[in-house]
Amino acid sequence: MTGVRIWDGPSLPARVTANALNRRSFLRVGAAALGGMAALAAALSPLRELGSDQVPNLEQFLQKHYKQMTPAELEEALERIRAKVEKRFEVRPHLRDLKPMEGVEFGYALNLSRCIGCRKCVHACVAENNQSRTPEIQYIRVIEMPRGTLDVEQGTHHYDRPLVPDAEHFYLPVQCHQCANPPCVKVCPVEATWQEKDGVTVIDYDWCIGCRYCEAACPYWARRFNFAQPKLPKDQLNPNMSYLSNRPREMGVVEKCHFCLHRTREGRMPACAEVCPTGARKFGNLLDPHSEVSEILRTKRIFILKEEVGTLPRFFYYFDERYPNSLDPEAIAIADDLRAKEGAAYGCLPGSNGPDTEIIAAVTPQWWDGRTA
Amino acid sequence: MKNYLRFLSRCFRLSFVGDARYYAWMFLLTSVVLLGVNAYCKQLVAGLATTGMTDQVSWGFYIANFTFLVGMAAAAVMLVIPVYIYRNRELHDLVIFGELFAVAAIIMAMLFVSVDLGRPDRFHHLMLRFNFPSSMLTWDVVALNGYLLLNLHICGYLIYCAYMRRAPSKIFYIPFVFVAIAWAISIHTVTAFLYSGLGGRPFWNSAVIAPRFLASAFAAGPAFLVLTLSALKAFTTYQVSAKAFMTLRNIITVALTINMFLLAAEAFTEFYTDSAHGASARYLFLGLHGRTALVPWIWSAIALNLVAMVLLYTPLSRRVAILQFACVLLIVGIWIEKGMGLIVPAFIPTPLGEIVEYLPTRNETFVTLGIWALGLLIYTILVRITVPVLSGRLVFDRSFASATAEHHPQP
Repeated sequence: MTGVRIWDGPSLPARVTANALNRRSFLRVGAAALGGMAALAAALSPLRELGSDQVPNLEQFLQKHYKQMTPAELEEALERIRAKVEKRFEVRPHLRDLKPMEGVEFGYALNLSRCIGCRKCVHACVAENNQSRTPEIQYIRVIEMPRGTLDVEQGTHHYDRPLVPDAEHFYLPVQCHQCANPPCVKVCPVEATWQEKDGVTVIDYDWCIGCRYCEAACPYWARRFNFAQPKLPKDQLNPNMSYLSNRPREMGVVEKCHFCLHRTREGRMPACAEVCPTGARKFGNLLDPHSEVSEILRTKRIFILKEEVGTLPRFFYYFDERYPNSLDPEAIAIADDLRAKEGAAYGCLPGSNGPDTEIIAAVTPQWWDGRTA
Repeated sequence: MKNYLRFLSRCFRLSFVGDARYYAWMFLLTSVVLLGVNAYCKQLVAGLATTGMTDQVSWGFYIANFTFLVGMAAAAVMLVIPVYIYRNRELHDLVIFGELFAVAAIIMAMLFVSVDLGRPDRFHHLMLRFNFPSSMLTWDVVALNGYLLLNLHICGYLIYCAYMRRAPSKIFYIPFVFVAIAWAISIHTVTAFLYSGLGGRPFWNSAVIAPRFLASAFAAGPAFLVLTLSALKAFTTYQVSAKAFMTLRNIITVALTINMFLLAAEAFTEFYTDSAHGASARYLFLGLHGRTALVPWIWSAIALNLVAMVLLYTPLSRRVAILQFACVLLIVGIWIEKGMGLIVPAFIPTPLGEIVEYLPTRNETFVTLGIWALGLLIYTILVRITVPVLSGRLVFDRSFASATAEHHPQP
């Protein structure tokens, strides 16, 4: 052995050997532990990018389910949301919690003979309901259907024509059908979505855990998920909002059409019905025999989509029996009129791929895939 | 109590001791786990947009792996039944390795559901408002946690008894073993009902889903155990008899055959009927409107399973090496069939007839690999502890050092 001898004795006592070994193994274990910790820290480093508003504070963390909050707690929650919106959008929102009205059950009827496929409803809905703009989340999907079928698989979702309506097609708008037997409510593991007394299925965005089981369960593909942090420009915020409808959402939760309940529970029309240039969309109280919707259900040959799945929708469609082979000429005249008035702005407004991978790729930094931000 | 704590601390220490191959294996697994943690952190920050999922295909790789692993966990029961009901001696000592794998598989399955959540920070909502019995997902939470506890109890009790050199008292584990048999069937059935109960997804809305899940699990699970036992045999002094391998081979052969039969029954119903109901199946097997992303996956799964089946039926697979090869083929085949072949196509086309295809992203793949590595890490540690205990080298009245002499075969 050529190393320096520290101990001059005839032989190394066992205890010293053990100590030396311990010291050596201590250093080795220490180095391994240190390396491990460094590697762990490196692995966790993306968390530094986490925005302060992405991490719930204690009050948000402890906030109860909508149905369990006392009026005072609900008011606290509303105030918290108002403050958050004000901070983010520099606008004091008119946020409140609107309850269902007595003796009201909402229903929707859509005259397919008058729908011209312009997608104004799609975009009015986005403007009204504070959806994320990039990627844009849309609650209404208009399908361009060949005549003679109701099989949606034969339809086109991304029709892109300079002019609508096309004479060979009819247009089928689909949104949440506010089912009386909603599969989405049945499957939610945490009761974050439920049916209200007026028939609207709502979501507590602060309770949803983002499992997307409801999205898988919906036969009408009505639900949308915030795959990325929703982006909504300050000047596009609609400050008229309620807790269960259009208040700004966060990343990782599900949302969908709620029949504009912040409007309809105050006696106004939903944005999609209000904007429809041909009056194809009719909305009202099913329990009121004199409402337009009740009148339509009594007198028109209405049908529902996918009756066989047993969801009992409150969204009804009908064709005008007077025009079996074309759209209502009045609707075509309205479309012609719009084309003259709006010029190039008219046409089928852009459809959407929803938060599609391509859109997300275009708007969100790709640093997680190793590309540049 | 003092003995138990000492047992735990010895187990902990033991998991850090091994030869160079052990360290290399553990280092590799830990590195992959860290890569997965890193990828998951990115997902936490940027959202599930880091995955390939969309509103159209809203479940993907994570849920596919979850489903596969629930099956793997349930498959431990295929060792328990021969041993405790048919008194098969060959498998008796191996049961515990099946149950330990069930523990690791359940942990992985739970992690896969957790990383799929958009709001993991709200996990506690599950405790506060539990939509039971309406939501099948809550059934699954009960089933998986119950199964995890059952297996932890059975394995923990038997191993600790061996450590204490005392005969396990039957009353403390036999009833649990029988409950676990029923429970194992239930976890995979409940997971199948999660899908088959959805009227809006015709591809899943079929009564054959649950039996098919069980059949494929009872093939893939024991196949994985064949590989594990081979590793035990190769790297430790633990004895695994050739007969045990042949018993597993029989189980795998029967289960795989039933699985292929059910797959054929499903395919017949979809294609002979030829209704709109079969659009997803058409997309999966043949492609739809020129979109064919899943076609190569499902046909390679079928090919792998068929080759494995032929090997298993011929005397060739009496040779352990061929048996191992067949097992690898069928594990991969069933993994594809359950994942890309069962979860993803149900979303294509969407209920509104739109076709959006799905492929996992790189980040999503890293998270997935990370969870698999963590599961294997857990399983390796569990086996690392169990082997010296069962072979009597780690017992309460012998020194710790005697347990670590494992890699030097004793005379």
